[in-house]
Amino acid sequence: MATTDKEVKELIKREYEHGFVTEIEADTFEPGLNEDVIRRLSKIKQEPEFMLEWRLKAYRRWLEMDDPTWAHVDYPRIDYNSISYYSAPKKKEDMPQSLDEVDPELLRTYEKLGIPLHEREKLAGVAVDAVFDSVSIGTTFKEQLAEAGVIFCPISEAVQKYPELVEKYLGSVVPAGDNFFAALNSAVFSDGSFVYIPKGVRCPLELSTYFRINAANTGQFERTLIVADAGSYVSYLEGCTAPMRDENQLHAAVVELVALDDAQIKYSTVQNWYPGDEHGKGGIYNFVTKRGACQGRNSKISWTQVETGSAVTWKYPSCILKGDNSVGEFYSVALTHNYQQADTGTKMIHLGKNTTSTIISKGISAGRSSNAYRGLVKFQPGAENARNFTQCDSLLIGDRCGAHTFPYIESRNKSAIVEHEATTSKVSDEQMFLCRQRGIDPEQAVSMIVNGFCKEVFKELPMEFAVEAGKLLEVSLEGSVG
Amino acid sequence: MLSIKNLHASVEGKEILKGINLEIKAGEVHAIMGPNGSGKSTLSQVLAGNEAFEVTEGEVTLNGENLLELETEERAREGIFLAFQYPVEIPGVSNLQFLRTAVNAMRTHRGEPEMNAAEFMKLAKEVSKQVDLDPAFLKRGVNEGFSGGEKKRNEILQALLLQPKLAILDETDSGLDIDALKVVSDGVNALRAEDRAILMVTHYQRLLNHIVPDYVHVLAGGRIIKSGGRELALELEERGYGWLGIKEDEAAAAN
Repeated sequence: MATTDKEVKELIKREYEHGFVTEIEADTFEPGLNEDVIRRLSKIKQEPEFMLEWRLKAYRRWLEMDDPTWAHVDYPRIDYNSISYYSAPKKKEDMPQSLDEVDPELLRTYEKLGIPLHEREKLAGVAVDAVFDSVSIGTTFKEQLAEAGVIFCPISEAVQKYPELVEKYLGSVVPAGDNFFAALNSAVFSDGSFVYIPKGVRCPLELSTYFRINAANTGQFERTLIVADAGSYVSYLEGCTAPMRDENQLHAAVVELVALDDAQIKYSTVQNWYPGDEHGKGGIYNFVTKRGACQGRNSKISWTQVETGSAVTWKYPSCILKGDNSVGEFYSVALTHNYQQADTGTKMIHLGKNTTSTIISKGISAGRSSNAYRGLVKFQPGAENARNFTQCDSLLIGDRCGAHTFPYIESRNKSAIVEHEATTSKVSDEQMFLCRQRGIDPEQAVSMIVNGFCKEVFKELPMEFAVEAGKLLEVSLEGSVG
Repeated sequence: MLSIKNLHASVEGKEILKGINLEIKAGEVHAIMGPNGSGKSTLSQVLAGNEAFEVTEGEVTLNGENLLELETEERAREGIFLAFQYPVEIPGVSNLQFLRTAVNAMRTHRGEPEMNAAEFMKLAKEVSKQVDLDPAFLKRGVNEGFSGGEKKRNEILQALLLQPKLAILDETDSGLDIDALKVVSDGVNALRAEDRAILMVTHYQRLLNHIVPDYVHVLAGGRIIKSGGRELALELEERGYGWLGIKEDEAAAAN
């Protein structure tokens, strides 16, 4: 598809729009990782003893582990001693007590990113927790949530205020030694969000955490824990961006969800970490472990993710369907462009009777990128009458990119039913010709065709974010035609 | 309006059009007839700017402007419309969204304000009635699961919405039953206007009973070998292409 040289040049000039750096004084640890670093971190966070012990145990496990190499991604070995494990904006005194005390420079950063935190400009109906490098800088709508009995706060605060809840559930879904990156995260996690929805409460607002990496040479290791008590409901959304830097930066997060009897958690992600430049230089290594446990009967966990950023993505939001009649869902759009690499998918582990899971995965590859779906559907002997439906679709733009599908199905119960559908298609010259013949710009045409391809997933996102996700795809696809 | 001089075009190195000359004035309806493989569809694709075809010689102007220098979408915005013989599907993109994007691209080009969703919905519903398409089709994916006849009606719907200067209809009658043919023809006749030209490409003359052309041209072997009025089409129907020295099978085999 020929666009003129001039147009192509203009398109390439357009860059990652969240790539600015905030000039702010920060307290940053010297690079390097050892037990002393973990002790210092725990001390700064004023953590109770159990937390430090938990971290040290995880660290010792991690030392015995190796980087995973089975994913369909390729990146140089990471030197974990060249990374700084803590960076926080310097505060005038202690932690800000309210958003009014937050450095105006930081508030401006979030405004630039489209996340106003000021009381008067807050996003309607969405409570936001903003995490900047290693610390949470503020949470909106605190009072309104407190009235409903909902706890939504930085996890560092939860460790101090609600140690019994944290001790009970932290690591209950993703144990500290689960995998290499989860172990690292357990040792050094700095902040993230904690959510507790009490029995029978339908959370009155959408909850949202906005993660921003700013400092250079630091890793971000956030930890999120959401517990939905019996009969409760919560919808949670996370967003992520980072500045443009030539060096790769590591982001190794862990998210744990727990749904008790009749509880529902809807977890949505719009991930737009810096993907590196058009030559594959720089970008975030996004190595994330996300897992939800449907502990209770009739519980439901639904993951929706729109992944457009990161240089390398390694991420499998999963569900453990333990409670009878529990439901797990995974809706994913993963877009890779230029030299991005993604290995993403899900695991649905059926333990309980009549458990059902649905997987809809849409992979879009452009440029010279590589995009893999990796999924496991497993039925344990107790999973009577369990069923899964999987649909994996890949869309290729151009002829230098790759799409791969690695579905694994293990059934140890004869009554289980699995359906699997997979397609691979291309944005065809005929489709492009039709759009252009009707006066539509090639870029807009590609974006429209891709949006159509992703429709089944977008409709699962909260309304205001579905629009954002569509726009994000459009920006991410810029320069893919020509 | 449209002036084609000595147009040569090839696909994958094989020359299909071998020197086409044609003048079309505003308000006129021209029909291009010819056996399979004569280059009829190639001509319409080349005019619309399909990059699978390479123009090797000749010139085409639209109202004095060099059409061949323009990108496909620029030609469309200048008023060239092609009703496809085999419209493709775009899964997941609603017909309504597609049509509104197209209409707004044209409006922006003309410096007019874009139409909002409500305004456009109203217009699209009216026009879909004109081609006897249930407005429910507007919400379905572009051509997704449409029958052959529905696809063709959807093409005419688009022409009516976009109001082109030159509408090129590529085998719009193929695959239509007699009722659908009537609906499509009515739609095309509604397009006839003093400031608009229509170029119909067809294998059979039956379409010309419904849409009466001002001029008929016979295309064979990549050249227009005979031009005339309406009566030429009738003569072709009666006598076939043979009397013009064309062997239909050979022409098809050559492709």
